[in-house]
Amino acid sequence: MSKPNPTDRLYSKDHEWILDRGDGTASVGITDYAQEMLTDIVFVELPPIGKKVAAGEPLAVVESVKSVSDVYSPVGGEVIAVNTALENTPELVNQDAFGEGWIAQLKVVDPEELKTLLDAAAYDALIQEEKH
Amino acid sequence: MKKTPLYDRHAALNAKIIDFGGWAMPVQYTSVIEEHRATRANAALFDICHMGEIEVKGPQALDLLQFALTRDLAGQKTGQVKLSALLNDRGGIIDDLTVYKMDRDFYMLVTNATTREPDFQRIRSLLEEKKFDASLADVSDSTGKLDLQGPRSEEILQTLTPDDLKTIRFYWFIPSQVAGIPAIISRSGYTGEDGFEIYAAGEEIGAIWDSLMDAGTGLGMKPAGLGARDTLRLESGMMLNGQDITQETCPLEVPYAWLVDWSKDFAGKPALAAIRERGVRKKLAGFEMTGRGIARHGYPVTKDGREIGSVTSGTFSPTLNKAIGLAFVNSEDTAPDTEISIGIRDTVSPAKIVPLPFYKRQK
Repeated sequence: MSKPNPTDRLYSKDHEWILDRGDGTASVGITDYAQEMLTDIVFVELPPIGKKVAAGEPLAVVESVKSVSDVYSPVGGEVIAVNTALENTPELVNQDAFGEGWIAQLKVVDPEELKTLLDAAAYDALIQEEKH
Repeated sequence: MKKTPLYDRHAALNAKIIDFGGWAMPVQYTSVIEEHRATRANAALFDICHMGEIEVKGPQALDLLQFALTRDLAGQKTGQVKLSALLNDRGGIIDDLTVYKMDRDFYMLVTNATTREPDFQRIRSLLEEKKFDASLADVSDSTGKLDLQGPRSEEILQTLTPDDLKTIRFYWFIPSQVAGIPAIISRSGYTGEDGFEIYAAGEEIGAIWDSLMDAGTGLGMKPAGLGARDTLRLESGMMLNGQDITQETCPLEVPYAWLVDWSKDFAGKPALAAIRERGVRKKLAGFEMTGRGIARHGYPVTKDGREIGSVTSGTFSPTLNKAIGLAFVNSEDTAPDTEISIGIRDTVSPAKIVPLPFYKRQK
């Protein structure tokens, strides 16, 4: 069973989370529900520092034994840091999707875009719907 | 989608179900890696009811199979299993299948799930063409199949059968019983481990599954899905029909030349002989990634910047902890240690050709 979705952050319909750090930057990862669907994450392709992405564009790639999945950026931004620990320990995404398994940190272009995302309660409802 | 007799059991175990050639099959119960490791360390139980079984009977059953299949079956004994190939008229592989000699004038062919109907049609048309005195029956729908694989398979299965399993050698089988139910026990499989393939009536396969689950769980056995089946077979250098082999692939291009007996006549032989004469331009080879990333089916393979082929199977190997795969590449580039590159999305990553299999169990 997946862990509760923290209320300190926002969510996309594609199962990414984004945590506003309050300084114009935000951390991005995939949700615990997403890692549970993928299981056995064995490779994460991290974006290069400085990469610019628009909302909904591929930011990273997460691979399980059987599948290859894009991670989409919930908002537009520029990559200012990546979680290099995932290069050798991609299973951190399985173990701690909301914490140690974060993927990238972005400089957010337009904070207004954050308002289009789901809060924890709305995301809970979305995954309940997907399960049925 | 078609369901096997075990579908409700998979659903009750919360398995993730996928469409495999029109069948609703479990791809994993908990985790591909856990199920893979359980198979290598202890044992795993697989629902293989989707595979096909065709019975061949009659005074000329052997003559029909000798003509239809590439391998010489003249010396096959009752109780022996032989892997063979069924070719089309172009020398391409319709199926790699196993031949069970049940009795004199009685054989069972075990086909891949997706090739069951093409196999049946091909063999039937050869039978009609040559007017062999033999009959064919597709018994797939009434036949269930389970694979019990892994080093503890014998210990687990022995608790449920009156026959001494130690007497069954690799690629041999006996008619027997499992949990009191009539079943064929074959020492064979698709994982590179010791283990058994068990055949019984479809309506009774559920009771055998339940008994094996009870007997094996305390010994580290897990139910395993097609995800682990795929990583296990690939580590062991075995090909997947429809992915590494298609009807355009001939046995000389893949590690199946040994299945061809040139001293007899068989369907597809003239075309295959012509290919042998010309020499094959492409071959299937194993590789491992030396750079980052995981190669997947369809990714391009290059050498010194020019394309030499493409990946047919690729995965992360749970046993070796690295990315491995099979690729169909120019024959001259298949020597071990040849440095190649794999195109992965918008980058190229280095890899090298390695001998097969990637993994071999300690005997």
